[in-house]
Amino acid sequence: MSAAIILVWSLTIAQILLGVAMAIAVFRMIVGPRAQDRVLALDAFYVAGMLMLVVLGIRTGSTLYFEVAVIIALLGCVSTIALAKFLMRGEVIE
Amino acid sequence: MNGDVLLILIVVLPFVGSVLAATFRPNARNSEAWLAGGVALACLILAAIAYPAIVEHGAIRSESEWLPTLGLNFTLRMDGFAWLFSVLVSGFGFLVVLYARYYMSPHDPVPRFFAFLLAFMGAMLGMVISGNLVLLVIFWELTSIFSFLLIGYWHHNAGARDGARMALTITGIGGLGLLVGVLLIGHIVGSYDLDRVLAAGDQIREHDLYVPALILILLGTLTKSAQFPFHFWLPNAMAAPTPVSAYLHSATMVKAGVFLMARLWPVLSGTPEWFWIVGFAGMASLLVGAFFAIFQHDLKGLLAYSTISHLGLITMLLSLGSPLGAVAAIFHMINHATFKASLFMAAGIIDHETGTRDMRRLGGLFRYMPITATLAMVASAAMAGVPLLNGFLSKEMFFAEAIETHAKSVLDTSAPYVAVLASAFAVTYSLRFIHTVFFGPKPTGLERQPHEPPFWMRFPIQFLVLACLVVGTIPALTVGPFLHTAVISVLGPNTPFYSLAVWHGFTLPLLMSAVALVAGVVLYLLLNGYLNRSEAGPPFIRRLQAQRIFERVLVVLSWKWARSIEARLGTRRLQPQLRLLVVAAFIAALLPISLDDLSLTSLRISEIDAVFVLIWVSGICCAVSAAYQAKYHRLAALILLGGAGLSTCITFAWFSAPDLALTQLLVEIVTTVLLLLGLRWLPKRIEEEGPKTVSLGTRFRRVRDFGIAVAAGGGVGVLAFVAMTSPVPLETVASYYLEKAYVEGGGKNVVNVILVDFRGFDTLGEVSVLAVVALTVFALLRRFRPAADSIAVPDQQRMQNDFDEAEPDRKVGDTIADYLLVPAVIMQWAFPVIIVLATYLFLRGHDLPGGGFVAGIAMAAAFILQYMAAGTRWVEERLRILPVSWIGLGLLLAALTGMGAWLFGYPFLTTYSQYVELPTVGATPLATALLFDLGVLGIVVGATVLMLIALAHQSTRGLRSARVATEAEQEEA
Repeated sequence: MSAAIILVWSLTIAQILLGVAMAIAVFRMIVGPRAQDRVLALDAFYVAGMLMLVVLGIRTGSTLYFEVAVIIALLGCVSTIALAKFLMRGEVIE
Repeated sequence: MNGDVLLILIVVLPFVGSVLAATFRPNARNSEAWLAGGVALACLILAAIAYPAIVEHGAIRSESEWLPTLGLNFTLRMDGFAWLFSVLVSGFGFLVVLYARYYMSPHDPVPRFFAFLLAFMGAMLGMVISGNLVLLVIFWELTSIFSFLLIGYWHHNAGARDGARMALTITGIGGLGLLVGVLLIGHIVGSYDLDRVLAAGDQIREHDLYVPALILILLGTLTKSAQFPFHFWLPNAMAAPTPVSAYLHSATMVKAGVFLMARLWPVLSGTPEWFWIVGFAGMASLLVGAFFAIFQHDLKGLLAYSTISHLGLITMLLSLGSPLGAVAAIFHMINHATFKASLFMAAGIIDHETGTRDMRRLGGLFRYMPITATLAMVASAAMAGVPLLNGFLSKEMFFAEAIETHAKSVLDTSAPYVAVLASAFAVTYSLRFIHTVFFGPKPTGLERQPHEPPFWMRFPIQFLVLACLVVGTIPALTVGPFLHTAVISVLGPNTPFYSLAVWHGFTLPLLMSAVALVAGVVLYLLLNGYLNRSEAGPPFIRRLQAQRIFERVLVVLSWKWARSIEARLGTRRLQPQLRLLVVAAFIAALLPISLDDLSLTSLRISEIDAVFVLIWVSGICCAVSAAYQAKYHRLAALILLGGAGLSTCITFAWFSAPDLALTQLLVEIVTTVLLLLGLRWLPKRIEEEGPKTVSLGTRFRRVRDFGIAVAAGGGVGVLAFVAMTSPVPLETVASYYLEKAYVEGGGKNVVNVILVDFRGFDTLGEVSVLAVVALTVFALLRRFRPAADSIAVPDQQRMQNDFDEAEPDRKVGDTIADYLLVPAVIMQWAFPVIIVLATYLFLRGHDLPGGGFVAGIAMAAAFILQYMAAGTRWVEERLRILPVSWIGLGLLLAALTGMGAWLFGYPFLTTYSQYVELPTVGATPLATALLFDLGVLGIVVGATVLMLIALAHQSTRGLRSARVATEAEQEEA
């Protein structure tokens, strides 16, 4: 079993698992029950999505996906923060 | 001087002067007058310089490309006739400026006045020397707009507002007609160029579209020249300051109509339709105007109706279709302008000195202002057509033409009688003007003792009256050559022989003049007593006012009908509007599909990636649930929307559209924050009371709307599927860009090169719109007052504050500070990191995914994070963000970069790219598009931050108003 096959298999498995993770996050987002659950689920969805792009980048050997992943990593939290602040204080910017 | 430059200067100078004039201090009467007078004089001198060339060549032209694809060129063309009018417009402009300097009170804001006056002069000059009919219409409309502004100059006065609005409505309708008429002419001739149109007279007259074109053009000219039945706006426009009246109603505005009729006379005249329409309007205006003028009590009202009458005379002369008639018409245009302007100015002086224009209150002013009185007497004698004055000459020509038979008809047979009758009326009202104002008993109850005006205020009148006299006595030596140049340019080879002598022997016209003079005097003696007692307006038909009819029509059209249509077809509810919109779009899309059979190619299952399907299913679930939750659970819907958005972004990235993915992702994030900011201010949900019962109607509506939604959404899905699965043609627009992006744009990222280079002009337009939207949002939010139920501090904050207050060792705000201690530090430290990221995205934009837009949003996100971490006050104490300056600088930079190409002789927004050797970095590709992109970045940062911060500031306002409310309550208690 060569290294390439190991890589392909692990990438495929990673992708499937990440896809399932995203689906589960969406389930929490839809069902809730509390708003806090939904916000956390959205954050998880973002993280899973970012990892999905990284895996995709490794699989295709292209760096273009990493740009998007970097943006999610750095700025994806902004909406989570805004939502959390909204839940805690009732408004985003005081 | 080059003819090109000269013509362009004549048009441009007044507008430049207008902009300059608007910047002066409100009471800078002297400098304003110097500026405006200087501009007018400069135009006059330019026209004078052009004269020899016109005599020699017939016309001078200047042509520059404007919209060549539409056959529209910016053509200026000055022939003898246009020259005559340019001299009239600029010369009278100068005199009016001089007069206005003394007329305007120190309390009037003069910059506005002179700016409008100069702009009006520019529009008028442009109209006169346009060599292209469409250009002419544009300047024509400008004269309408600026005359509206001038008439309504004293906008605190209801009469001025109404008069201005009426003038604009009437001349605007006419202008629309004129535009369509001109387009028809262009269609017939195949060109809008004046020279070609003038050469195509027979072709136009024989064309089927001649009559509609004629009627539409005449609608324009007759409304502008205040000809019956559109005459009523002119007397109402008398609410304007007198210099404006003197200018608009002598040499300019109203002359525009007759100017255009004379201009197109060789092309349009000579047919029965022309004769009947123009002849009837002219004759009716001549008679009605003169008759009404007798019965006015307002000095300016009398002059206004007299203007209508004299313009009717000119119109009637033009209607005859005889070259001699045209000569007389052109001659009378000059003469009327001369004496009417001086009379208006005299009326203004009388008003200025006595405080009233009512002839019943005035009298005996000769002893107070003998010079002005003498001048006014000479001018009104010219108006009445007394021999040895210029009015007499053109009136004689008119009589001579009226006797001639041109087209045998009622109109033609009655012409001599109507002419004599109208002239007799003219004598009557001229006599009344002089007699009641300057003679008789001293006026009583005046506010102040009248006296002579300052010399320079009287100077324009003196000058004009002198012109009346000189032209009246030695016409051939003074105005003769110039008139001849003008006449030749209109009539060309058809120019008839005419003589400008004062004495033609004992002829029938002379007899008619004599009869008119005597009859007019007798009529005045008979009417004198009645006039001093009567109400204003002509007897018997005093109640029949065209103005009232006009107003009633307006009310019916714009109020009653509009309201009933709105009540029947309109709705203010969003749901029916959306329903209509969606159904209409659905049907519109369905029609072509049902005509053309739609082939659905089946998907090849083997090519589908299972993981991708999983992402999509997640996204679809998010979107559907967001729609489901949207009404009752806004926050959940917003969160779900975020999920759907991310799925879309991943899709973009997956299918190799990283630019799109980046942009979409950042927009998603900022939008979430924006919506959250707005969510705070939305009204609370209305709680339904009692058991829920859903009526049958409601249930039906829901099912129907659900059906519509499914059908429309499914339809769009099918369309998208077909579009994406159908084979791609080999040559698409994409292949062009892919080929040329690096070669011509100097960038490897095609998307970015398209945005900043190939379609840079579109981008500039888009970012300008963005800037405008941001400023509008900001302006709207400044006046925003939150709803009563959302103004209070949110529950969470109140609970936390209460807790802080209850504990002895805590201050208000400690809870939030404690909770945010770690996140706030991270958020603040993320600031430089995000800025670096934004810079990185920006710099690599031309070659790799990124660019000004993405970088701008990322940077805006960095700023917003700071606001979220520490609150508005804290941030604004430490970090001065000036979003409006960002927007302004960005726009300026983008536009200047585009203009930079001009310096090197390239079209707007041409990019220059080059490899530059930078220390330590090495050879770096640099393009001027980068600067343009920097401008885009500035605008995006500014606009995003401006909008979000404007929303965020609402909460400080809410706090303030809550505090004010509690203070007020305490005071009451």
